[in-house]
Amino acid sequence: MTKELIFAGFGGQGVILAGKILCIAAMKEDKCVSHIPSYGAEMRGGTANCSVVVADEEIASPVVEHPDICIVLNKPSLDKFEPRMKEGGILIYNTSLIENKPKRTDIKVYGIDCNRIAAENGSERAGNMVALGALVKIVPWLCSVDSFAYALDQAISARNKKFNEVNLKVIKAGYDLPLNAQ
Amino acid sequence: MSEEKIYSFPKSMKNVNTHYCAGCGHGIVHKLIAQIMDELGIQEKTLVIAPVGCSVLAYNYLNADGLEAAHGRAPAVSTGLKRVHKDKVVICYQGDGDLLAIGTAETVHAANRGEHITVIFINNAIYGMTGGQMAPTTMEGQVTKTTPYGRNPQEVGWPIRACELLNTLEAPYYIERCAVYDVKHINQTKKAIKKAIQNQIDGKGYSFVEILSMCPTNWGVDPVKAAEWVKNVMEPYYPVKCFRDGGEKK
Amino acid sequence: MSEKILMKGNEAIGEAAILAGCRHYFAYPITPQNEIPAYMAKRLPEVGGTFLQAESELAAVSMVMGASAGGARVMTSSSSPGISLKQEGISYMSGAQLPAVIVNMMRGGPGLGNIAGAQGDYFQATRGGGNGDYHVLVIAPGNVQELADYTVKAFELADKYRIVCMILGDGYLGQMSEPLVLPKAVDKLPPKDWALTGAKGREPHIIASLRLNPDNYLEKHVYDLYENYKKIEENEVIYDTQNMEDADYMIVAYGTASRICKKAIRLLRAEGIKVGLFRPVTLWPFPKKEIAEAAKKVKKILTVEMSMGQMVQDVQINAGKYCDVDFLGRPGGMLPEVEKIVQRVKSYV
Repeated sequence: MTKELIFAGFGGQGVILAGKILCIAAMKEDKCVSHIPSYGAEMRGGTANCSVVVADEEIASPVVEHPDICIVLNKPSLDKFEPRMKEGGILIYNTSLIENKPKRTDIKVYGIDCNRIAAENGSERAGNMVALGALVKIVPWLCSVDSFAYALDQAISARNKKFNEVNLKVIKAGYDLPLNAQ
Repeated sequence: MSEEKIYSFPKSMKNVNTHYCAGCGHGIVHKLIAQIMDELGIQEKTLVIAPVGCSVLAYNYLNADGLEAAHGRAPAVSTGLKRVHKDKVVICYQGDGDLLAIGTAETVHAANRGEHITVIFINNAIYGMTGGQMAPTTMEGQVTKTTPYGRNPQEVGWPIRACELLNTLEAPYYIERCAVYDVKHINQTKKAIKKAIQNQIDGKGYSFVEILSMCPTNWGVDPVKAAEWVKNVMEPYYPVKCFRDGGEKK
Repeated sequence: MSEKILMKGNEAIGEAAILAGCRHYFAYPITPQNEIPAYMAKRLPEVGGTFLQAESELAAVSMVMGASAGGARVMTSSSSPGISLKQEGISYMSGAQLPAVIVNMMRGGPGLGNIAGAQGDYFQATRGGGNGDYHVLVIAPGNVQELADYTVKAFELADKYRIVCMILGDGYLGQMSEPLVLPKAVDKLPPKDWALTGAKGREPHIIASLRLNPDNYLEKHVYDLYENYKKIEENEVIYDTQNMEDADYMIVAYGTASRICKKAIRLLRAEGIKVGLFRPVTLWPFPKKEIAEAAKKVKKILTVEMSMGQMVQDVQINAGKYCDVDFLGRPGGMLPEVEKIVQRVKSYV
């Protein structure tokens, strides 16, 4: 099986990091993974996204044209990636920042109030982690939620490791949400 | 009768015929460097970087390991070599086109980093090897192949003073301008080069010696007139003096 | 077994260079390879090495030349416009037979172009790039593991043949993170009896590319260089194939383009179309004989590149007499689409 994902949002929302953490967690469980960040010329405030592939066989192409799964944290990202999704795909979108509902009816859509849930659990900046927790609840094949502790430890630089505990708490909050496709 | 040997051919100089023109300053400076290598006992640890220009064949004369750099890049090549061999003596030998035109960036930045190298800069106010074109140090009004009506500063800028330019930087340890148009100045030049090399041996930092020199062939004058021209035309614009010693501005 | 880590392609190159014994690195910033200088700036001081940010690419490659002449394993990296500037030093080092590793993480061109991954520098890399008769040994990795493994290999080959060795990647490969098992550290570096170390107890060593007299001095030197190149062509060709055993059609691609083709091949195979991949890894020396042999067994070849078609000329020259060679490519940092590749191959059936 191969799953192609896009994580997208504003620069600073941590979508590239979220993709990386998923890769490390899945890699720990012996999956093949790849991660390509978009790299715009602007350093701040632009839109950012990353392409992630998780597979249980050699990954042919790390390039994601038509994602199976999209995690979008802001409106421009929804507008950009919803039309590209594969039929039957899974879309997780951040209702904290996106008022409009996704239009497509041939995909499964999950609206999550990422920023609020993150704030309630100790870090208003960790909306990306809420989405990550929800993602592996919806698609458990990707990796176990328990592998994120290892992934955070690997991915986060020493200077920011102090946030790992709260990030893990936020991931679990996302995982424990009652999730129903709209 | 007692005999005292007062001169011998330097061991650090190869005994070969010169390709330099009569009255050229390169041969004088090469020989000074060779004598200093002998006196300091560093022939076995000297690495000479040759530039592009007449002195590209410097390694044919100096009895030491030699490396050729692309035009203007000698300070960068010297940087790479010195960073590998911190215990060796790296002599970066350059002409005016190399040092102040195509290699201005490399010159300024190697000096600004305070690279532990010794730069010997031959300023003869013209491009020699390519046949007498304007150099960045060509004098106002000087006729060259590419300034047939004389250098016009309004068109092509003024002659650049290398020592003064580098003396604005923080890092250099030693900056001096010398000349080789007469014996007195040749002796002063030798002292300056020796100091510049000793500084490197002692780990003091970047040393720069500019030498006002003759190019009779491309100036179209005989060697005696060429020496006089350095003294009467170049030296007033490029004052012979020490600009910085021991890191202190003079 | 070493632990698998997730590492960015550019960083994998940096760590692999250090494992290969590289302790000197000089470079000038340019996107999309900035993770290499950043990595080296952090790591080299930890292992007693020298990182220096040069004032320009011209200076960086000249510093590489100086360090190489001193006998050190040395590297620089850049991306397309910066590599154009480095051609001066590459030509000089080739003439002076100085080994070095140069990384080109290609971006869209010509000119400043854009910062997306591209493959428009194939001609520049494989045809020499600078002035004069010479070759650079060019290796084109296809994933992060290969970026690391072939960086180590590049240092070995550079020293073995006293040649400039180029790792030719692209922005996508450099930015991509994949699981990686780090290569083993090289514990013994080859002796370099030609290096500049001071003429102690020996005649001076002169390292130069200028060869003026006698008249045929340079000619003889170039013949010697080409004797060396011949040995490299005979012994150092690297290529990879996938699904070629029963293939009716062959796709030829390298680097990131080959990854996209692998996906297209899976889709085509699922529909019963027998298509395989031939992936040159050394672009110079090009796998001439090998591609010719493969061409004899297929009906048609499709070359896929992130350019307007450069490697396709080598495919045409070496395989063109055995079957038709078609081309599909996109310039400007755009990626060929899987669907387009699938459609094109289907049109042959």
